[in-house]
Amino acid sequence: MNISEITESQLSERLSGPGLILQAGPFVTRLHSSIALLAKGIHGLYADYPIIDEDLFVDFHVRVNPPVGLRRWFRPQARFRFDNFKPFTPLPLNQAVPIFEWGLNWCISNYAHQYLIVHSAVVERNGVSIIFPAPPGSGKSTLCAALVSKGWRLLSDEMALVDRKDMQLVPVPRPVSLKNQSIDLIRDYAPDMYVGSSTPGTTKGTIAHLAVPESSIKRQHEKVKPSYIVFPKYSAGAEPVLQQMSKPLAGIRLIENCFNYHVLGEEGFDLITELVDVCECLEFNYSKLDDALSIFNELSEQ
Amino acid sequence: MKKSAELRSYPLLLSILANPKAISDLTITQWNELIRLARVSDLLANLYASFERLNLLEAIPEKPLLHLRSAQTMTDKHEQTIVWEAVQISAALQPLNAPVVLLKGAAYLLQGLTASKGRVFHDVDVMVPKASIDAAEPAFKDAGWMGAKQDAYDQRYYREWMHELPPMSHYARCVTLDLHHTIIPPTAALKPDASKLFDAIVPVKSHPGLYTLSPVDMVLHSATHLFYDDEIGRGMRDLVDLHHLLTEFSARPDFWPKLLDRSLELDLDYPLACALKYCKELLQTDIPNDVFTKAKQKLRFPNWMMDKLFVYGLKPEHELCDNWPTSTARFVLYVRSHYLRMPLYLLVPHLLRKAFREETIEPIENPRPLG
Repeated sequence: MNISEITESQLSERLSGPGLILQAGPFVTRLHSSIALLAKGIHGLYADYPIIDEDLFVDFHVRVNPPVGLRRWFRPQARFRFDNFKPFTPLPLNQAVPIFEWGLNWCISNYAHQYLIVHSAVVERNGVSIIFPAPPGSGKSTLCAALVSKGWRLLSDEMALVDRKDMQLVPVPRPVSLKNQSIDLIRDYAPDMYVGSSTPGTTKGTIAHLAVPESSIKRQHEKVKPSYIVFPKYSAGAEPVLQQMSKPLAGIRLIENCFNYHVLGEEGFDLITELVDVCECLEFNYSKLDDALSIFNELSEQ
Repeated sequence: MKKSAELRSYPLLLSILANPKAISDLTITQWNELIRLARVSDLLANLYASFERLNLLEAIPEKPLLHLRSAQTMTDKHEQTIVWEAVQISAALQPLNAPVVLLKGAAYLLQGLTASKGRVFHDVDVMVPKASIDAAEPAFKDAGWMGAKQDAYDQRYYREWMHELPPMSHYARCVTLDLHHTIIPPTAALKPDASKLFDAIVPVKSHPGLYTLSPVDMVLHSATHLFYDDEIGRGMRDLVDLHHLLTEFSARPDFWPKLLDRSLELDLDYPLACALKYCKELLQTDIPNDVFTKAKQKLRFPNWMMDKLFVYGLKPEHELCDNWPTSTARFVLYVRSHYLRMPLYLLVPHLLRKAFREETIEPIENPRPLG
C-alpha cells in the first residue's frame, strides 16, 4: 500500500502517533511530526512511496515539531531533530517541508560515510548515468527536474552516493528541490508532474518540490555505474555547447562539492581520482531545457 | 510505553559496553536502540573498536554495522587530526623549554592505549607548568591559535578561578585547545599538588618533547574530571574511558596499590572511590576486591543519594532515557560540580550571572565535533 492510498488525516495521525516510516534508497527514516502542513506536504510529495509497517532497522529517527516555549502561539516555528541532535535553529512553521528535507540531507551527509558523498544531482537512462555537480546557480536541479520529467530515472537531486566498495552510484530518490523561477518553469515544462505548494521566504528564496516519478521509486535499490560527470552552466540566450573538460580540473571541482572528502582523507582522494578516471568529464553551457534534453538523450543512446 | 523503553534501552547499552559478546542475542529492535543511545553518547565507534578487538564483526547485522563503521571512519579522521595537532602544539611550545603534557584523549592516543580506540574528540587538552602559562599563550597565538570571543567576565572566570585558560581555536584548522596548568580549579576544596603531577610525567616515545601523565595519574585525572566537572552529558563516555584505562593498566605490576597510594598523596581519593564504584557497578569493570573495599571507605555519606544522582545523571541524553529524575539529576550534578569547584561566596554570584545573562544564539549549532 502506498501513501496515496491513505487520507491526509490518517497520515497526520501516523505522524503524530507512531511515526511514518519512509524508505529512500538505502535509508530508512522514521518521521514524527505534529505539524499539519508537513503532513499535507508529505502526502503530496511522497504519495507513491510504500507504507512500511514491519519492524525494521531505522537509520534516522527524526522529528519536525514546534520547539517548546511561547513561540508556539506567537509566530510559531518548527525545528528538526535527529535523536537528540538539533543541527539547525528553529525556522518559521510554514517552512516545515524544506526543514524536513534539509534535515534529512544533513543526516545522510554526516552519518553515512560508507559512501563518498558529492553535492550533485544524479540521473540515469538506458544504463547511462550523469552526475551534475552543484556549484550554486548552475541550475542542476532545474536540469535534473526537466530530464526526470521526460523519462530519465532520478537517483538523487542533492547527492551522489558513491559506494566505497564498488564505485557504483547508489540511488536515494527524494523530491527535487526547485527554487524561485525554476518552479514555474518546471510547472510549464512538465504539466503532468506533481509539484508541491511553494514555500516563500526561505534562506534560498521560494522553494517547491517536484515529486519523484513512481518508476524511479520502484528502482530505488538498483545501483548504476558512473558514466558522465557534467558541470552545467546556465547562461541566458546561449547556444548549447557540450565540451570536454580536463580530468584534474573536474576532480578538484568534485572535491569542492564533496560533503565528506575531509572525513575520508586519503581514500577520499583515491575515490575522486578513480571517479574522474572512469567517467567522461564534460562542461555544458545551455539556455533551453529542450536543447539539454535532446543532447543528453543522444548521449544515452550511443 | 516511554517507561518500558527506558528500562530496556539504558541497561542494554550498559550490558553491551560491559560485555560486547552479548550482541549475539540482540533483536533488530534492540540493535536500533543500542545504535541510537551509543551515538548520542559518543560511543558508537568505541563499540565498533571493541567488537573488532573481540572478532565479533561477523555477528553484527548489516544495517547496524554500517552505522558503526561510519562512526569509525569519523574517529579515524579524529585520530589523524589529533596526532597532527600534537605535533603542531609541540612545535609551537618548543621555545618555552617546559614540558608539554597532553591530557585525556590525546594522551591515550599518543600512548597507544585501548581507551583511544574509536574515541570521539571534541578538543585537545594540554597542560604546562603554571610558571610557563604566561609564555605559552603568546606562543600559541603566534602559531595561529586564537581565544574565542568572550566578555570580560568569562576572561576573569577562567584566569582567576579556573585551572585552564579560556579555550583557544586555530584560525585555519578550527580545532579547539584547552590550556591547563593543573587538573582541578585552584578554588576547589581538593588541592592536588600540580608539581607532583609534573614530577611523574611520562615521555611520548613517538614524539620527543611531548609527555603524558603517568598511568595512575591518568586514571585519577579522568576520575576527577568525571566527578567534578560540569560536563555530565558526556559522563558515560568518560566512564567508558576509565573502564578501558583500568582494564588495560591492571595488567601492569603494582598498578592497584600504586593507584590507591597516589590517590591519597594527591588528595584525590574521593573521586577515585566514585570512579571505581560506578565502573564496577555500571560497567562491571574487573577491580580486585581488596582494592575496592579499601577505596569504598572514602565514599561519603549519604551514599544512596549520590547513587541516585550518578545513575540517573550518567544516562545518555536521549528521548529513550529522558524523564524528570534524569533531568533533575543532571541539574543537581551541574550545580554540585560548581559547588565543588568554587567556594559559595564565588559560586552564588557566578551562577546568578550565568542564569540571567543573555544567551548569544549561534546560527547553526553543529554537533559535529571535529574535522
